[in-house]
Amino acid sequence: MSEEVTITIDDQSIKTQRGEKLLWVALENNIFIPHLCAIKDESRPNASCRLCFVEIEGQDKPVTACSKEVENAMVVKTRSPHIDRLVKTGFELILSDHNLKCRECPANRDCALQMIAKKRGLKLKCDRFKPLEREYELDDSPAEFAFDRSRCVLCGQCVWADRVEAEIGAIGFTGRGINRVVTTFKDLPLADSICTECKLCVDACPVGALYYKHNQKA
Amino acid sequence: MQLLEGEKEEILACVKDVLGGNSKTQENLIPILQQVQKKLGYLPTMAIEKIAEGMDVPAVDIYGLATFYNQFRLNPPGKHEVKVCMGTACYMAGGDITLESFQRRMEIDEGETSQDRYYSLGRVACVGCCTLAPVAVVDDQVEGKVTPTRVDGLMLALEEGRDDNSSQQPDSSEGDNNE
Ligand code: SF4
Ligand code: FES
Ligand code: FES
Repeated sequence: MSEEVTITIDDQSIKTQRGEKLLWVALENNIFIPHLCAIKDESRPNASCRLCFVEIEGQDKPVTACSKEVENAMVVKTRSPHIDRLVKTGFELILSDHNLKCRECPANRDCALQMIAKKRGLKLKCDRFKPLEREYELDDSPAEFAFDRSRCVLCGQCVWADRVEAEIGAIGFTGRGINRVVTTFKDLPLADSICTECKLCVDACPVGALYYKHNQKA
Repeated sequence: MQLLEGEKEEILACVKDVLGGNSKTQENLIPILQQVQKKLGYLPTMAIEKIAEGMDVPAVDIYGLATFYNQFRLNPPGKHEVKVCMGTACYMAGGDITLESFQRRMEIDEGETSQDRYYSLGRVACVGCCTLAPVAVVDDQVEGKVTPTRVDGLMLALEEGRDDNSSQQPDSSEGDNNE
């Protein structure tokens, strides 16, 4: 199945294997594409964050790079006015449901959102959309870490860590639409659930939603 | 939600029965939940737990399914069921205030059932009587122009129907006390 193909991303010619996902090929060749929800070993990506859009020559609509398999002679562009606009909108929608008090966040300076903002010249502000005003539950029941849902971007990295790396099944997505959250069965505090506090989810979280208490700022 | 006397046994038997009648494949999960809900009137968390065990999937995933689809309810229907319309017309006419009034009077949230199972409260999306907005459906009866004052009136009528045997008493020894 390992058939070599050559593709072009932003004028750079890259050799890779057929079937690889475009996002990872780009990242491994130091070409940045914004992404939050992509998981390299997941064969059927969620493609839910909608940040990894690229254009492929000959296709009239942008595609999500995390779910697109490379094909020989594919010509890809990671930037264009259309792409930038799409990514900006997706990013702003995520920020409209994200606690933007970066200075109080344990992930300040080590945050995927800040990185995307920097690389794409986007603002960490929510001007265009009205921020969602709602109550977010803080779960600080585990001994060494806590879960502040006001910062969760619903990327699913923690759920993957829980399922595939830790093989526990303590956390998952529940609810629908703006009520979607990562939680436990019956919404129990993590310490009262089957969570073993292995902390793999904390290491997986790209923002400051799952964080170590010793990194806490405010 | 506290279970009633004998309800635990009923739940266990029902889950066993339904699981026995279906092959335990992922695509059968929703039909299994539907069958259990049809028999029990709702999906108790204990049933979710047992289905999860039987199908060898994380309970939180079934919980996720049950909270994703509107067709599933996690709380039992009350003796009196009120659904407040949140369709566009009713919402614009203050349906959220109507819902809030019911919540305050019943002392439960939307989607919940009172501990004595006398009331349950939910929402619907347009029942086709938009001109009467804000609308509430009280025990399948459509009520129009349900302002907070009307809520008081409707609640009074429901309270009057309450006599000592009208609601099922929870069995205090058998708590599923995770609420
Ligand atoms: S807690 Fe972190 S890893 Fe989990 S979904 Fe939210 S942002 Fe992603
Ligand atoms: S990384 Fe592709 S949609 Fe999230
Ligand atoms: S919106 Fe409430 S009846 Fe139509």
